[in-house]
Amino acid sequence: MRPYTEVIANTTVHFDLVPIPGGKFSMGSPADEPGHRADESPRHEVEVAPFWMGKHEVTWDEFDTWSFALDAKRRKAFKVAPSDLEAKADAVTRPTLPYREMSFDMGKVGCPAICMTQLAAKTYCQWLSEKTGRYYRLPTEAEWEFACRAGSDAAYSFGNDASQIDDFAWHRGNSQDRYHPVGQKKPNSFGLYDMHGNVAEWTLDAFTAAGYGQPAGVAVNPVALPNSVYPQTVRGGSWIDPVDRLRSAARLGSDRSWKRRDPQLPQSIWYFTDAPFVGFRIVRPLTEPPEAEKARLFDAGNEE
Amino acid sequence: MTAETNDDRPAHPRRAFLNLRKPLVGAATLAGGLALYRSVHAAGDDTIKIALIGCGGRGTGATNQALSTSGPVKLVAMADAFDDRLQKSLTTLKRLQGERVDVPKERQFVGFDAYQRALAADPDLVILTTPPGFRPIHFEAAVKAGKHVFMEKPVAVDAAGVRSVLASAEEAKKRNLAVGVGFERRHRLNYLEAMKRIHDGAIGDVVYMRVYWNSDGVGWKERDPDDNEMTYQMRNWYYFNWLCGDHIVEQHVHLMDVANWVKGTHPVEANGLGGRQVKTGVEFGQNFDHHFVEFRYDDGVRLISQCRHIPGCWVSCSEHIVGTLGTCSIGEAGGAKIEGANPWQHNGRNDPNPYQVEHDVLFASIRSGQPINEAASGAISTMTSIFGRMATYSGQLLDWDKALNSPVRLAPADQQYSFDAEPPVLPDKAGAYPVAIPGVTEVI
Repeated sequence: MRPYTEVIANTTVHFDLVPIPGGKFSMGSPADEPGHRADESPRHEVEVAPFWMGKHEVTWDEFDTWSFALDAKRRKAFKVAPSDLEAKADAVTRPTLPYREMSFDMGKVGCPAICMTQLAAKTYCQWLSEKTGRYYRLPTEAEWEFACRAGSDAAYSFGNDASQIDDFAWHRGNSQDRYHPVGQKKPNSFGLYDMHGNVAEWTLDAFTAAGYGQPAGVAVNPVALPNSVYPQTVRGGSWIDPVDRLRSAARLGSDRSWKRRDPQLPQSIWYFTDAPFVGFRIVRPLTEPPEAEKARLFDAGNEE
Repeated sequence: MTAETNDDRPAHPRRAFLNLRKPLVGAATLAGGLALYRSVHAAGDDTIKIALIGCGGRGTGATNQALSTSGPVKLVAMADAFDDRLQKSLTTLKRLQGERVDVPKERQFVGFDAYQRALAADPDLVILTTPPGFRPIHFEAAVKAGKHVFMEKPVAVDAAGVRSVLASAEEAKKRNLAVGVGFERRHRLNYLEAMKRIHDGAIGDVVYMRVYWNSDGVGWKERDPDDNEMTYQMRNWYYFNWLCGDHIVEQHVHLMDVANWVKGTHPVEANGLGGRQVKTGVEFGQNFDHHFVEFRYDDGVRLISQCRHIPGCWVSCSEHIVGTLGTCSIGEAGGAKIEGANPWQHNGRNDPNPYQVEHDVLFASIRSGQPINEAASGAISTMTSIFGRMATYSGQLLDWDKALNSPVRLAPADQQYSFDAEPPVLPDKAGAYPVAIPGVTEVI
C-alpha cells in the first residue's frame, strides 16, 4: 500500500490518501483517563483490516463538486463528454440546494465541509466511488479510532500531555470560534492531519451512550450499524470543544437539535443547520467488499 | 416616509412570555381583543384558531411553530394552489402536532381562490406563506376579514404591492390586529444584542455598511411536460418576477432589513449592477444571478449590498456596520462581534430558535391584547429590496419616492388568477423568458 493522490475528473480538485496498515489495538479508554466518559467503556481489543484514509478532512472544494455538480458544469462549459465512470457518477443523487449558505462565513477554499447529515456524507462517498472507480466510504468507529491513535494507547496520538494540543489541533481554546483550513497543524504518525479537532468526523456507527457492551475476545472489523437516524457517532471533537473532547476515544452522538433552526418542514435530509462543527473524512478498504456489503453499510439508519 | 423602528418589539424574546396566560376578558377592552373574544366565545375557550395559506416547506414550518406557542392553538383550515402540497404539509403537521391539527376534508381548500375559503372558515389568525407575489392580495383580504396575521417576507414583489401592504398595515392598526412578518433576524438574540450596542453608540456614528448574501443559489423545479404555462410558473415560482421578485427581493431582503434597522429608516437613492452570467438556462426564468447595489441614506451613509446565486464562488451571508469607533459584524452562524473601541463578542449557537420566538412574540401579543404590528416596517424593507432590483434591472440612478410611487406592476391589476389564465410573462419560441436589460428596461 502506498500513499496516492485522487484527482476528481474534470475539476482542479485533488486530495491525498495515506495507507493505514491493519492491526490490533485497544479501543475505548480506561476509566482513569482524564475526561473519560462511560460511553468509551469498556476498553476492548479490536482488529481492523488495512485501508487508506483521507490525509485531511473532506474540504468544501471536494464536497461542493458533488453537491453543486461543479464537475458537470465544467464539462458543459468546456464541452467535454462524460466518461463512463462520470456518467454513472452523474446518476448518484445530489442533495437539494440549501436555502441558506452552509459555511457560515468561516471560509470555503481549503476548509473542511460541515453541516452535512451522515446520509449526505455517505452519498458523497457513493458519488466519489462511481466517479473514480475506487470504493470509498465513511470509516467505522473502530477504523477511525485506530487511525487516530496511530499506535498510541494514550489519550491523544501524541501522548497524555494535553499541553501539546496546540501543536496538533484546533479546539475551543485556540480556534477563535471558527474552523480552519485543513492541514495547518502537525499530523499524527500515520500522516493524518486534524484527527483531533477542527471538525468532528462522521463514522458509520450508531452512538451507544452505555458504551461498547461486553465484547468477547478480539472484535474483528466491528461496526455497530444504526437502525435509527439518532444518535449516530462523530469522532475527534471540533473547534467548539474543550480539549478533553478531542481525545482519541471520545465519542459524540448526533442529535435532532442539530437541525433545530432549519425553518422548512419537512426538514432537509441533507443538512444540519445547527452542526457547523461536523464534517467527515473518507476511507478506502484495501479489500473491496461485495456489493451486498456496500449496500448494508450504506442503507443503515438513513434519514427519510 | 420613514421605516418604523423596532420600538414595538420586545427587546428580549423572553419578555414575550410574561403575559401569555393573561385572561382574555381583560384583553377584550381593546378592539383586537374583542375580535378574538368574539371568535373564541363560540368555542367557549381561548383557543386561537389558525388557517395556513401556502403549504410549502416554510408555511409548514411556520405553522408548526405557531402550534408550538403557549396556550391553546388549533389549525383549522389549509389552503394551497396545489393539493399535493397541501396533503404533504397536512401529513407532516399531523405527525408533529396531533390533535392540534383539525383540518378535515371540508376545510382543505385548493386553487387560486383557496385563501378566500380559508378566511371564511372562521380562523382567528392566518399564516400567509405563498410565493410573495400574492402577499398584498392575501394580506388585504385577511385584514378586511379581521384576522390576525403572520406573513413571510418579502411582503410584495413590486411597488404597487408595497403600497397595498402599507395601506392594509394602517387598516390592521386601526382594527388592532396583530401582524408578524418573517424577518426572523429581528428576533435573533445576536442581532438584538448587536443592535442595542450600535444604537447605544458602541461603534460611534455609522460611516457605511456592507451586506452580503452570496451563495451557491437555491433549487428550481423541472417542467413537467403535462403542466401548462401557469402551472409550471407556479411550481417554479422562484424564477418568475411576478411571483418571487428575484432573489434580491425574496432572500437578500433580510439583510436590507437589518441595514434599515441600524439606520431607523430606508435609503433614498440607489444605483446598481447586475446580470445573468451563469444561470442562463430557461429553468432560471427571469432572475439575475448577481446584483450589486449601492444605496444612499438621507444622511449620506452608503449601504454596499451584494447578492449572488452562483455555485463555486466566494460565499458569505453577513452584515458589517462600520462606525467611527469600530465595526460590528453579524454572521449567519448565530455570532456577532464588535471590533474597535468597545469590543464585544456573542456566540449565538445556543440562542433560542428565532423562527419559534417570532411566533411566541406574536401569539403572546394577541393574548395580551397588545398586538404587535410589523407590517409597515416589513413593507419598507421589502421596498428597499425592490428598489435595489429596480436599480440593477434598469442601470439607472433611482430616487426612493419615485420608486415607491411607480405605477409599474409585475402582474397587471386585472390579472386573472386561475390555472387556465395566461400568466403575466410568457416564454419565447426557444422557451426563454424576458430578462431585464440594463439601459433598456424601464422599471419606474
